[in-house]
Amino acid sequence: MKFLPLIWSNLRRKRVRTTFTLLSILVAFLMFGYLIAVSNAFDIGVQIAGVDRLVLTHKVSIILPLPFSYMDRIAQVPGVADVAHATWFGGIYQDPKNFFAQIAVDPERYLRLYPEFLIPEDQKKAWFADRTGAICGKYLADRYHWKIGDRIPITAPWLKKDGGTSWEFTLDGIYTGATPTTDTTQFLFHYDYFYESRLRHDATVGWYIIRIAHPDQAPQIAEKIDALFANSDTETKTSTEKAFMQGFAKQVGDIGAIITAILTVVFFIILLVAGNTMMQSVRERITELAVLKTVGFPNGLILTLVLAESVLLAGMGGALGLGLAWLLISRGDPTGGALPIFVMPPWSTALGVVFIIVLGLATGTLPALQAMRLRVVQALRRG
Amino acid sequence: MPEATVSQSQEMTFDGEGAGALVRVREVHKVYTRGSERIDVLQGVDLDVPRGDFLALMGPSGSGKTTLLNLLAGLDRPSGGVVEIGGDRIDKMGEGELAKWRSHHVGFVFQLYNLLPTLTAERNVELPLLLTPLSSGERKRHVAAALAVVGLADRGKHYPRQLSGGQEQRVAIARAIVGDPTLLLCDEPTGDLDRKSEEEILDLLQALNRDHGKTIVMVTHNAHAAARARRIVYLNKGQLQSEPIQ
Repeated sequence: MKFLPLIWSNLRRKRVRTTFTLLSILVAFLMFGYLIAVSNAFDIGVQIAGVDRLVLTHKVSIILPLPFSYMDRIAQVPGVADVAHATWFGGIYQDPKNFFAQIAVDPERYLRLYPEFLIPEDQKKAWFADRTGAICGKYLADRYHWKIGDRIPITAPWLKKDGGTSWEFTLDGIYTGATPTTDTTQFLFHYDYFYESRLRHDATVGWYIIRIAHPDQAPQIAEKIDALFANSDTETKTSTEKAFMQGFAKQVGDIGAIITAILTVVFFIILLVAGNTMMQSVRERITELAVLKTVGFPNGLILTLVLAESVLLAGMGGALGLGLAWLLISRGDPTGGALPIFVMPPWSTALGVVFIIVLGLATGTLPALQAMRLRVVQALRRG
Repeated sequence: MPEATVSQSQEMTFDGEGAGALVRVREVHKVYTRGSERIDVLQGVDLDVPRGDFLALMGPSGSGKTTLLNLLAGLDRPSGGVVEIGGDRIDKMGEGELAKWRSHHVGFVFQLYNLLPTLTAERNVELPLLLTPLSSGERKRHVAAALAVVGLADRGKHYPRQLSGGQEQRVAIARAIVGDPTLLLCDEPTGDLDRKSEEEILDLLQALNRDHGKTIVMVTHNAHAAARARRIVYLNKGQLQSEPIQ
């Protein structure tokens, strides 16, 4: 600590230059924090996927329907503990921009499969008993200011028996998540209502969710289930929920790889900018470093002081950048719904701190070595 | 310039003449090579400086004065010969050992003061004390005392740019003496000052020698400054002589 005034005074030497370097580091870490949140938002489905859940879809495409009759056969496969079905509704609430997932489900089965959806018992009972009832996640309710009892009209591509496309639901409950990363953006309603009201009356569903008793047996059970429907008109593809979510996210593009590429370029540029600043800074005070050595500062201490200066600079810029990123991220989803779980994961802060230290050390190492190897007599002669 | 070596006197001892002196230099050579040219800056210099002496080292430019001073400070190594200060063979010390030795035993005053411009006077003076285990309070007391000795007790919070040349040099002297070193080495300490400031600095050095018992070796071109020393030696073409150069 006693060397802090000395280190700090060196950073204040060229204030404009230090400020610009600080700003460039700040921007890099702001981007880091923000892009990690974006990547995390895309990846969240994968992260929160249950380890004991499998997802069964049509072998050809997720959008192709599966026979309703598969459910009982799946349930009989050894190792399967529970099974539920779900069907994508794809409707529009007021405006096509208001995108959220509407899923037709068997309420009791579906909630059994997703115990992380927490809903008060009275609301749950009300929903189970209400054929046109629906529940939604808290994020969604907050976003559209929905209250229990609200009538929610949704226009869907499914024609109803009466020829209309407007489906109306009563909001019977609002679920919350067991963890901050639980998906609270779903709108769930009775499959029975959907099945009985639509014009096309085929007994199909979108996908199945399967709970298995032993997660370590997932590959074998998935294989057994798919074998059950092999060579049929509707072959299946069963994967872990994690793999399913990964595949789903990759349909948008490999966001993680894109963000990693952007951040790599940004950090490389910052490495050059901050490194150049430190090199210049050391070159400008060759005489002063020689004076410190004359006074008796050992080489190791000179090396440490320059490295500390570099780490302090990176630390200030990085902390400000991460702080600003946190502030922006805490304002919520910037897309108005496409990234509902938009948070700065705790690990990203830890990773940011590691990057700050690495950046500081990487930019300071060369100038620190230069300062350490300085020959006092030559440096004083030059000065 | 690259250094050459002279293979002699490495195991020389100090029996007899010179025993008891604070600074003992024997057969010291310093050789540089520039391309194929060999420059013998110091050619077998012998020098004794008793404790409490104030020695002025004079000579024309290029005579090796600063080179000798750097050797005494342990900032440079002789190509041959022995440099012993206070019983320590500094010509045999490694770089780390020398740094530690300097912090304990030597105060160095430069011609151009060489204060750190981003630090206040008191922070500049405090620098050598950062290498000691003294507490912050103790360091402050020592700094205040050193600044008082050089007559700048009220200038501690000033930055070098806010001080005159003479005041800057006095801060530099305070920095040199704050650790209570055995030996004060001054390289043209008045070379960059006006006459009035020069007198003040010379008065101060004399007082440090006379009243505080500091042993001082001062390199100077200036006969007037050298006259303030107790003793003058002359360096000419790498060799010491006791008479002025004609």
